[in-house]
Amino acid sequence: MNFFSRRNQILLKELVKTDFKLRYQGSLIGYLWSILKPVMLFVIMYLVFVRFLRFGSAVPHFAVALLLALTLWNFFAETTNMGMLSVVSRGDLLRKISFSKPIIIFSVVANALINLLISLVVVVIFSFLNGIHMSWNVIFVLPLLVELVLFATGIAFILATIFVKFRDLGPIWEVGMQAGLYGTPIIYPIIQVSQTHPTIAKILMLNPMAQIVQDMRYILTFSNNTNPTLWQMTDKPYLIIIPYLIPFIIFGIGLWIFTKNSSKFAEII
Amino acid sequence: MNDNIAVKIDHVSKFFHLPTEATNSLRTTLVNRLRGIKGYKEQHVLKDIDFTVEKGDFFGIVGRNGSGKSTLLKIISQIYTPEKGNVIVNGKLVSFIELGVGFNPELTGKENVYLNGAMLGFSREEISDMYDEIVDFAELEEFMNQKLKNYSSGMQVRLAFSVAIKARGDVLVLDEVLAVGDESFQRKCNDYFLERKKSGKTTILVTHDMGAAKKYCNKAILIENGLIKVSGDVNDVANQYSLDNLQTEVTARSDLEIDVKEEWIENLEVNFINQQKITPNDEVKFEVSYDVKKDTETYIAFSLTDVDRNIWIYNDNSLDYLTKGKGHNRAIYTCKLDQVNNLKLKLQVSIRNKRDEMIAFADEKVILINRNDISDDDKSAQDSATGLIQRNGSWEFE
Repeated sequence: MNFFSRRNQILLKELVKTDFKLRYQGSLIGYLWSILKPVMLFVIMYLVFVRFLRFGSAVPHFAVALLLALTLWNFFAETTNMGMLSVVSRGDLLRKISFSKPIIIFSVVANALINLLISLVVVVIFSFLNGIHMSWNVIFVLPLLVELVLFATGIAFILATIFVKFRDLGPIWEVGMQAGLYGTPIIYPIIQVSQTHPTIAKILMLNPMAQIVQDMRYILTFSNNTNPTLWQMTDKPYLIIIPYLIPFIIFGIGLWIFTKNSSKFAEII
Repeated sequence: MNDNIAVKIDHVSKFFHLPTEATNSLRTTLVNRLRGIKGYKEQHVLKDIDFTVEKGDFFGIVGRNGSGKSTLLKIISQIYTPEKGNVIVNGKLVSFIELGVGFNPELTGKENVYLNGAMLGFSREEISDMYDEIVDFAELEEFMNQKLKNYSSGMQVRLAFSVAIKARGDVLVLDEVLAVGDESFQRKCNDYFLERKKSGKTTILVTHDMGAAKKYCNKAILIENGLIKVSGDVNDVANQYSLDNLQTEVTARSDLEIDVKEEWIENLEVNFINQQKITPNDEVKFEVSYDVKKDTETYIAFSLTDVDRNIWIYNDNSLDYLTKGKGHNRAIYTCKLDQVNNLKLKLQVSIRNKRDEMIAFADEKVILINRNDISDDDKSAQDSATGLIQRNGSWEFE
């Protein structure tokens, strides 16, 4: 199957456009919400964790690091949650028109990506306000974003396929995401774990989301060794490579499972 | 592949897994799995369907509810994949299946047309080219910038239908569309179909309406229980379909039977020797056989009732040939109904004894009489053929 055929390109473009248009349909300030929402969520997290609970007080610029990680996590959550529901919610369409099914997932990812990019602009503005000076290293954000997108898309493929048959996955994934949020060094700095339980910290860092978050934080130069990445925590290359490989494997498996089952979607829904 | 083929359905079979248990809980699933119960049964919807639609055909698919024609349509549209066999579609296929082709109520009519077009595989430029035609056909000019949720249901269907038929696909697939819109819109659709038939574009139409099938289609198939029953000429298909429907209708009605003295007669059977579908020039010929169990005199009485008008058209009996004593009886009856026009008849055969009491009923049978000697363009003959009896008068103008 050719995902990049002209027909699929047209369809993807239209679906993304429609979703974007519909997202804030009927709201007064419209697209502004895609900036306001992360900012407001950040303010809450900031007040709770940085001001009152004093997480990451040893880490410089932890507020910005928190905002960055939250932004990345929101993208992951949005892609997987919406991706999981997307095939079922387009059920009426699937039963009427034949089109390339992966496009459904790709349109969800594209929309989440648009949101992520908007939010990242907010992050950059905040980091300037916080007095962070960025170097050309920032360019490495791009491959990390690719890794993030592949990981989230792969999981969305798997979830969407299973969700068609087993709707139980809805609440399960909700709980899973909650666990993931606390299992990833987002609201707390990884040193808080590694100081007392270095092995557990390393295991946590094998999670691609943790690795992406820490690498991003490193690249945007507001951490140095105070908020270390996996390759700063260990020197075993076979350990370091694991979180970088997982997204590619997950994406491959996800795409394979999805395309293998997609011909039956119309019947099952 | 032959260039002239638009759609080729190559020995297609399709089954669904239907759950047998009403519950879908984990516990029952596990228990059933342990017991070796599969928890579903295979429903064979289509069995070895094989036909080709050539370019320029107006192809009809007819069949009763649940015969598998919509499934077949979804297979042609590549929404379902068949378990066995192949579907080859030559060119771009545009389908209109079920009413309202996945429109989004929050988008305006115009946005929906573009989205729908993209779904069907058309670019924005291509849709812009046909946009005016679509809106024009749907007669919704002033509503195109309204959200779809403010449309009436009829307007939505009209728009969806217009997109389907005005989209420049190579093969158009339509499911039960002849009830779309109000009278004037239907007339417009009728004109469009007739024009399309002449234009040489390929169309596949699923319908219950035999009048429509005869009017538009040049070829057709009749599907029954997932098998092709009749294939080829649209008139054969339509007549067979009408006959089948009549048969079930009549059988359903005859369920309300009167209590009969069963013990007198056994094995009463009525069988046609001639076709059940005939023209007025053919003979009606059937055989009645039965066993008399007790010593009595019997005769056969039957009636041919017009199903539509519910009147006796033709009755006869064998009162002059009374049977005597016990034993097997068999008789063949022949007659001709050459004075009538198109008729749907039911044949009710009963056995009576000497005191004119009915002692046995046979299952009702149907006969379909269709005239085939009127040409399509002879309007006078066609009009006169709507009566019960064939015309035989003459005009004298002064």
